[in-house]
Amino acid sequence: MTTSPDQPIPASDSPTRTDAPVAEPAASVAEVPAPRGEDEVLDAATYSSIPEPRSENRLPLGDGTWHQISRKYIVVQVISHGGFLALVIAAAVVLGLVLDQAWVWVPAGIVAAVTLATLVVLPRQARSIGYQLRADDLVFRRGILWQRMVAVPYGRMQLVDITHGPLDRGFGIAQLKLVTAAAATGVTIPGLTQAAAERLRDTLIDVAETRRTGL
Amino acid sequence: MTTADPASSPGWPAAPAAVAEVRSPLSDGEWHRLHPLTPLMKGGLFLVVVIGIVVTNLRDRLIGMFVPGMEGEYEYSGDPIDFIVANDLLLVAALVVLAVLLVLLALFWVSWRFHTFRITGDDVEVRSGVLFRTHRRAPLDRVQGVNLTRPMIARILGMAKLEVVGAGLDANVKLEYLSTSNAEAVRGDILRLASGRQLAEGRGEVAGSARGRAAAAVSAGITGLIEGAEGADEHPASVVRLPPGRLIGAQLLSGSTIWLILLVAGVIVGSVIGTPWLLFSIVPALIGFGAYWFRQITRSLRYSIAPTPAGVRITFGLFTTITETLPPGRIHAVEIAQPLLWRRLGWFRIRVNRLSGRSATDTSSQQFADVLPVGTRADVERVLRLILPGLPEEAWPDVLDRGILGPAAGDPYSNTPRRARVFRPLSWRRNGFLLTPDALLLRSGVLRRALVVLPLARLQSIRLAQGPLDRALDVANITGHTVLGQVSGSLGILDRAAAARLWTDAAAGVIAASSRDHSHRWGAALAEPAFLAAPEPEPLSVPPVAATPPVATTPAAPVPPAVPPATPGPVS
Repeated sequence: MTTSPDQPIPASDSPTRTDAPVAEPAASVAEVPAPRGEDEVLDAATYSSIPEPRSENRLPLGDGTWHQISRKYIVVQVISHGGFLALVIAAAVVLGLVLDQAWVWVPAGIVAAVTLATLVVLPRQARSIGYQLRADDLVFRRGILWQRMVAVPYGRMQLVDITHGPLDRGFGIAQLKLVTAAAATGVTIPGLTQAAAERLRDTLIDVAETRRTGL
Repeated sequence: MTTADPASSPGWPAAPAAVAEVRSPLSDGEWHRLHPLTPLMKGGLFLVVVIGIVVTNLRDRLIGMFVPGMEGEYEYSGDPIDFIVANDLLLVAALVVLAVLLVLLALFWVSWRFHTFRITGDDVEVRSGVLFRTHRRAPLDRVQGVNLTRPMIARILGMAKLEVVGAGLDANVKLEYLSTSNAEAVRGDILRLASGRQLAEGRGEVAGSARGRAAAAVSAGITGLIEGAEGADEHPASVVRLPPGRLIGAQLLSGSTIWLILLVAGVIVGSVIGTPWLLFSIVPALIGFGAYWFRQITRSLRYSIAPTPAGVRITFGLFTTITETLPPGRIHAVEIAQPLLWRRLGWFRIRVNRLSGRSATDTSSQQFADVLPVGTRADVERVLRLILPGLPEEAWPDVLDRGILGPAAGDPYSNTPRRARVFRPLSWRRNGFLLTPDALLLRSGVLRRALVVLPLARLQSIRLAQGPLDRALDVANITGHTVLGQVSGSLGILDRAAAARLWTDAAAGVIAASSRDHSHRWGAALAEPAFLAAPEPEPLSVPPVAATPPVATTPAAPVPPAVPPATPGPVS
């Protein structure tokens, strides 16, 4: 971010908290440094740029390294949304033409329009998802029209959840969810490759372990 | 209180760690049973219902029995009682009733015998159930508070419910019921153990034996005699006094009253236009509102809030008295609010977010959120100083003067920019934030003034968001995420650059504040000074067994004791 004190620290083994307003506690144990910069597992076959709104008033992206999600995510989403769309159309055709239920065109049309709109924005939406592993917290961002950025300190993580449905497994992607004591945190990173999800989970747990705080 | 003999718990390991200090024989790491009258209290309601059903069904017969002349109005064909009387089976019937009662009693007794608890140096455990055994263990360093509830009937019998609040939904450990003195002793023990203070006395090998128990009881007695502090802790003086008049007034001036007035006006208009019979529908509405007000007022009566070494103690309730103890650092968000109708009277309400161990839909969650139902500005200051002990002195004017009351000259808050005042037409001058090293202050509202204080050491995550309309006006929205509760940590329509800076600074501040924070073992940092100030007696010269390693204390651990406010003692 333009005002971010989280400058990239080149060749720094133990990340110092340049952004901490007070002196660091001397008693902090040997901390596992969060991976910074490019990572061959996390950044394998992912998008490489985050689209932004054109307005100058957009939220700044900052200067850290954004990891993005796998390109396969969009394939999975298109298949599942397309399947749903086909199902709706099929049901509407059966009801409307075979059973002569004319009213079915209205709800089916609305549902189909919404699904189509979702399909249209999906690729841009997927490219806007990104996360940053900073020295002491994880930053998750998504959205172009509605931009959202959440910073979650590693020490606040209660658990890390990986889920993958049958379709996800077929394409080798998974969804990673971070749970804190606040239900509203809601950091869910979809469309990670399985390897990236597992590596991210292990990293997060390692990093959280050394920065454990109270609730 | 019966003490469980160790032989009754085969298969259970011995207490994993001897308790560092024995205050009451109940927390010596052994299994104990609850109050013997517990089944009566728990099953009592059920029995009352059954008796009620029986009495209503036999009402006519009972009237007929005692009021001659009423008999014969009803025909009891096929009535089992007639059948019994006719066949001279009275003795058999009495025996059957007796047997059922005995079986019920035996079942209650068995369930009571199988319901045991123990308090070790590390956790509180409860086992219950006969066929389906449950065993719940709550680690002490995650204790969010201890509630002591005394319902009306239990209070008459000298019993109380103890609830150890855990961090999670339905995570509480309940000890129902204990005698009041035992409950208070157990509460003190749990809080002291949870605080991480390692005190003088250890139990050694004598644990479990009769001699050990006797020694423990004696030592507890001696400790009590010498210290006398326990008694003083139990009923500390409240720093705020709520006159019942103010409580009633506050309730009458709340939002529900406006609805009642609207309803009455609507009914009157309706009855004038339509049929006058409509007027009668006011009666049930009035009864309903009356009951609601009565409930609201009675449960806030006898309110007191006081500092104790183990945290802030809040007591309220006229019939069912609830005493909560909130250890330091268990409050995740604080809101000081002033509804429009309270402004002329200068009243405020303080609400907090904390882990209450209950589900969000629990009706009592609101009750546990209100820390001060209604109070003047001086009351607000005293309560805030109790519940936010970590805030440094120089931050208080920002909270009390500039935060709660509107913007003044030299306002340190970053407010909604003028260009975005369409989104906050009334409150844009007041709608703003201030970040201190310890807390994020969010000020909002002109009609309903509110100030939210989010201690950074408790903040879970921070979100910065911007929609298309926000972008057009170069503003953004910020949300601090805390545990679920009534206080919302979001503030909209802030200058984009300021909000982005706040987001970065607050994220850094959270990390710095939580690394300084050690309140999950709040007493560990205090142990040394506490020793020096009031040496603990050591009746048994057994070397102490370390139950839990004390958490590494940083030199600058900002965990101050529950500081008594500027003017302690009751004040009007």
